[in-house]
Amino acid sequence: MDELLETTFLGIGLKNPLVVASGVLGTSASLMERAAREGAGAVTSKSTGSEAWAGHANPVTLAWGNSVINAIGLTNPGCQEELPILVETKRRLNALEVPLFASIFASTAMEFGEVARVIAQAEPDLIEVNISCPNVASDFGEPFSANCASAAAVTRSVRSAVSIPISIKLAPNVPNLAQIAQAVVAEGADAITAINTVPAMLIDAYASRPVLKNKTGGLSGAAIKPIALRAVWELAQAISVPIIGTGGVASGLDAAEMIMAGASLVGVGSAVVNGGPAVFRQIAQELSEFMQQEGYQSLEEMRGKAL
Amino acid sequence: MEDRDLGGLMQAFEVANVITENSSTRTLLLKGRLESAQPGQFVMVWLPEVGEKPYSIASAVPLALTVSSVGTVSGKLAHLQPGERVWIRGPLGKGFRLMGEKHLLVGGGYGAAPLAFLAKSALKQGGQVKVCLGAKSEADLLMERRLVDMGSQVWVATEDGSKGFQGLVTSLTEQMILEERPDCVYACGPTGMLVALAEVCKRYQLPAQLSFEGIMRCGVGLCGSCELLEEICKQVGLPSGWLACHDGPVARFDGGR
Ligand SMILES: Cc1cc2nc3c(=O)[nH]c(=O)nc-3n(C[C@H](O)[C@H](O)[C@H](O)COP(=O)(O)OP(=O)(O)OC[C@H]3O[C@@H](n4cnc5c(N)ncnc54)[C@H](O)[C@@H]3O)c2cc1C
Ligand SMILES: Cc1cc2nc3c(=O)[nH]c(=O)nc-3n(C[C@H](O)[C@H](O)[C@H](O)COP(=O)(O)O)c2cc1C
Ligand code: FES
Repeated sequence: MDELLETTFLGIGLKNPLVVASGVLGTSASLMERAAREGAGAVTSKSTGSEAWAGHANPVTLAWGNSVINAIGLTNPGCQEELPILVETKRRLNALEVPLFASIFASTAMEFGEVARVIAQAEPDLIEVNISCPNVASDFGEPFSANCASAAAVTRSVRSAVSIPISIKLAPNVPNLAQIAQAVVAEGADAITAINTVPAMLIDAYASRPVLKNKTGGLSGAAIKPIALRAVWELAQAISVPIIGTGGVASGLDAAEMIMAGASLVGVGSAVVNGGPAVFRQIAQELSEFMQQEGYQSLEEMRGKAL
Repeated sequence: MEDRDLGGLMQAFEVANVITENSSTRTLLLKGRLESAQPGQFVMVWLPEVGEKPYSIASAVPLALTVSSVGTVSGKLAHLQPGERVWIRGPLGKGFRLMGEKHLLVGGGYGAAPLAFLAKSALKQGGQVKVCLGAKSEADLLMERRLVDMGSQVWVATEDGSKGFQGLVTSLTEQMILEERPDCVYACGPTGMLVALAEVCKRYQLPAQLSFEGIMRCGVGLCGSCELLEEICKQVGLPSGWLACHDGPVARFDGGR
């Protein structure tokens, strides 16, 4: 336990600010328990929708350097099947004093509320509302994060369905990120998660076609860190609710930079490729060492320093 | 033949040569080497418009894959001709690590694919290599000739008794453990076989390295698809949340020594 890293987020106590990002290691109680044991401050489950969904066929992921492109396509068992998994996960994480964030998605604003109502029965500490997956446009339509009205409509639906805290997960590839965030906060969002992956593509010249089966995918990891920092920095100035800053964090310094951009918590996903699930402990330790070196007494003292 | 560092991305390899192993299995020898690859590691193999699946590295110099034709991707792969291409990313996962001098290798079905590579490394180090191979019947056996030619000693078990010991390769292996007293058992094959072997090795306090399969999607430890069922983890003594692509495919057990 490292007191320097302890923090409170929407009244929820965390041992450290590092959150397992949705879609990474969040598919089962055993894996989420492992991530918690490996040092994560909180764990986000894989986004679940209303019905079982297989996602896309392989190839679904490529990882090079510290960057990743994926088009998993929101593989999930449907919220009724997900519920017992989350109940069990919550039980195991409670024993470790690690909060559970449950991620949901849907294809209409109304359906978002329905999925949230089902998932709320597992009593997660927060529901993360994924309105920004770039990989399912052909299945579920344009992401709701694309404009203020649709983002606000989803938020309203989820807000009226559940009383537990909600965070809306936004995409960076919009010209008016701050306005979209303000619109969802006005509808009762307790927090913002930013960013989701950035639409991208790989083509193999010898194959003369896109590599991912879905053709396009979402970029994450080191390649998007500057994009994520900019988004969080802009959001921190536009809204007063806390931000789960996510994108390209793989070291303690990366985490510090995200917090200085204004993040309250820091999502970590792609860094698991090179660091394994133990990367959470490693980043936490590096963050603590940096804070000691630089004389920071708390995360609060560092938060928004670069604004 | 250049050594390739794929750096995580997909790269095209040309098929240089094809060896027929049995009626449904062929080995593709590719143009190019993957010198950093360890026996027991795997690669993701992509055929555009067909799909992408994991295959054990059957040889690193040159890179080779041994493919049994059972479905969509394997069917296409097994019928490739010299000059055609496959796309590879890897090497991925954790492979075998040689322990001691007396090695007992066990292969069930196409699980024999990575064993020749392992046997080659073991023999190169001056170790002694004994192999138990299991198959449904003689026609399904893999790698026997190759392993013998290399200088390893091979015993065979077939379920129908068409060759060698009649019965499961696990029974044959137990017998060989008692007779040969190996330093470590290395196995690749169906999960049922591995669970049984884990039990046998535990009983004899023998270190074991078992290569487990999983449904590989990302192949790099993100998506959770290849997680070994928690009840199997408990049965064999692995921590739960064990990922075949990241923690494995090879799981190492110290035999309680
Ligand atoms: C780490 C790892 C290493 C592997 N190494 C090898 C290897 O070296 N050589 C190799 O040939 N395969 C290997 N495999 C299996 C390989 O990845 C594919 O699962 C297999 O080739 C079937 O894919 P497919 O697309 O051809 O079949 P699919 O189209 O997916 O399946 C078609 C049919 O075949 C059946 N089927 C699927 N898999 C098998 C199987 N393994 N045995 C019998 N029937 C099956 C299915 O039930 C289905 O009915 C490995 C798997 C893993 C996880
Ligand atoms: C393999 C993979 C799967 C993902 N699945 C989801 C998902 O189901 N829901 C979601 O909201 N975000 C998903 N994401 C996005 C991440 O949660 C995160 O926002 C993004 O990857 C940026 O963080 P990173 O650079 O630390 O990976 C996924 C990312 C990856 C790499
Ligand atoms: S295949 Fe994705 S975690 Fe192993």
